[in-house]
Amino acid sequence: MGDWGGYLSLILQGALVTAKLTVMGCALALVVAFIAGLGRVSRFAAIRWLATAYIEFFRGTSIFVQLFWVYFVLPFAGVTLEPLQAGIMALGLNVGAYAAEVVRGAILSVPRDQYEACIAVNLTRFQRMRHVIFPQALPLMLPTFGNNAIELLKGTAVVSLISLHDMTFQAQVVRAQTGSTLIPFATILVLYFLMALALSRAIRMIETRITRGLDGVR
Amino acid sequence: MTDPIIRIDNLVKSFGTFKVLDGLSFDVMPGEKLALIGPSGSGKTTILRILMTLESISDGHIEICGDQLYHMRRNGREVPADEAHLHKMRSHIGMVFQHFNLFPHKSVLENITLAPILTKGTPRAKAEARAMELLEMVGLADKADARPAQLSGGQKQRVAIARALALQPRIMLFDEVTSALDPELVEEVLLVMKRLAAETDMTMLLVTHEMGFAHEFADRVLFFDKGRIVEQGPPEQIFSNPREERTQSFLRKIIAAGHRV
Ligand SMILES: Nc1ncnc2c1ncn2[C@@H]1O[C@H](COP(=O)(O)OP(=O)(O)OP(=O)(O)O)[C@@H](O)[C@H]1O
Ligand SMILES: [Mg+2]
Repeated sequence: MGDWGGYLSLILQGALVTAKLTVMGCALALVVAFIAGLGRVSRFAAIRWLATAYIEFFRGTSIFVQLFWVYFVLPFAGVTLEPLQAGIMALGLNVGAYAAEVVRGAILSVPRDQYEACIAVNLTRFQRMRHVIFPQALPLMLPTFGNNAIELLKGTAVVSLISLHDMTFQAQVVRAQTGSTLIPFATILVLYFLMALALSRAIRMIETRITRGLDGVR
Repeated sequence: MTDPIIRIDNLVKSFGTFKVLDGLSFDVMPGEKLALIGPSGSGKTTILRILMTLESISDGHIEICGDQLYHMRRNGREVPADEAHLHKMRSHIGMVFQHFNLFPHKSVLENITLAPILTKGTPRAKAEARAMELLEMVGLADKADARPAQLSGGQKQRVAIARALALQPRIMLFDEVTSALDPELVEEVLLVMKRLAAETDMTMLLVTHEMGFAHEFADRVLFFDKGRIVEQGPPEQIFSNPREERTQSFLRKIIAAGHRV
């Protein structure tokens, strides 16, 4: 037994890595979700096909295997990533595939008569999406995006596979060095919970901002 | 003799194997106010939706303001219209829907200014001034900043009329614009349309079950059944002196159902 302060700082360093993975993974997931989600409803078959292939692939294989590929196999193709970059990439692409389906579903749930009103006032295809359809679809996506973000946070622990020292990894280290399981894992339990809480609060805030003045839309 | 602003020639529209319109032909003169009446399912809405390019056609030709709507010339050959051609043609036509179809996420003013700013490049200040004039005309100047959800049905429909007018189309299509309204709200919308008919030289096509209004509003009434024109003529003739048995029985039924003629 010994220096608990040192062990705590070890875990906090891990928490920082987990937070980075989460925030940057979410950012990547969001971008990818919009691209693939809009691709899914494109009028060009080739784009729809590409988006579908991406989504099906990343939903149909495990994040564990995806991370392995990004970190250990991509270098053979000449792409070498830092562990953190690889972690962000795997998490972002994985969760982005789920979120893309959310984008697609929200866009398709905007009533048909909104498209028809757009045609009647002669908006172009891009203007329809940009000014009428997407703004109405966005509030529908946000609650599920919140769930996706929390899933991503919970998924970050897989990065120990590529020797990233995230929170779970550090808890294992502390456990090995102190022989105590309860203390490090109780600590990270609380920390994960607090991060998830912060995430859902943040999403809730964005949600109220975006839907403000939109009440009664549906 | 001026040319027709709309020429419908041998128009066929099928949904699957069901022919809704079967070789329909008629012309509309510039400035004419046309009422389309007929039993449910006779194809009235389908005609308006085809003119607004919300529905494709199966066969035939439609000419609007001297240009083919669904066809264009490429290398001297006639080919189906592409999106750019449709976009150009749509600028001649506006439509008011039964269920208003306002943009719920935009204010009343933005509903009206959105399209002029985006499609015609009208400067915002000018578009807003024009929108206020239109709101004045439909009696809703005080609702400019409201959201559609805060309006009554009659008010929504008047905003929808203003939105369509803002683009200054030469042809306006009205599809049962009062039939989703509570009875006490019908009058305020009809009043706006009567003023519109009296004060503008816009060509108007009106689908309605309000026979009294059709009588007052229209220069010519077309009675449809099963996708064909059964009878047409000035309202006095159609409503007081219908020649065809099917027109007579339709009007009898409408009166029995409590509609004014
Ligand atoms: N998208 C569609 N798919 C299949 N059938 C359709 C479609 N739209 C319309 N129809 C059919 O075409 C026929 C004509 O419809 P339309 O809506 O034009 O009639 P209408 O004269 O406007 O009737 P109403 O007075 O009830 O509004 C109807 O039998 C209808 O069921
Ligand atoms: Mg109809």
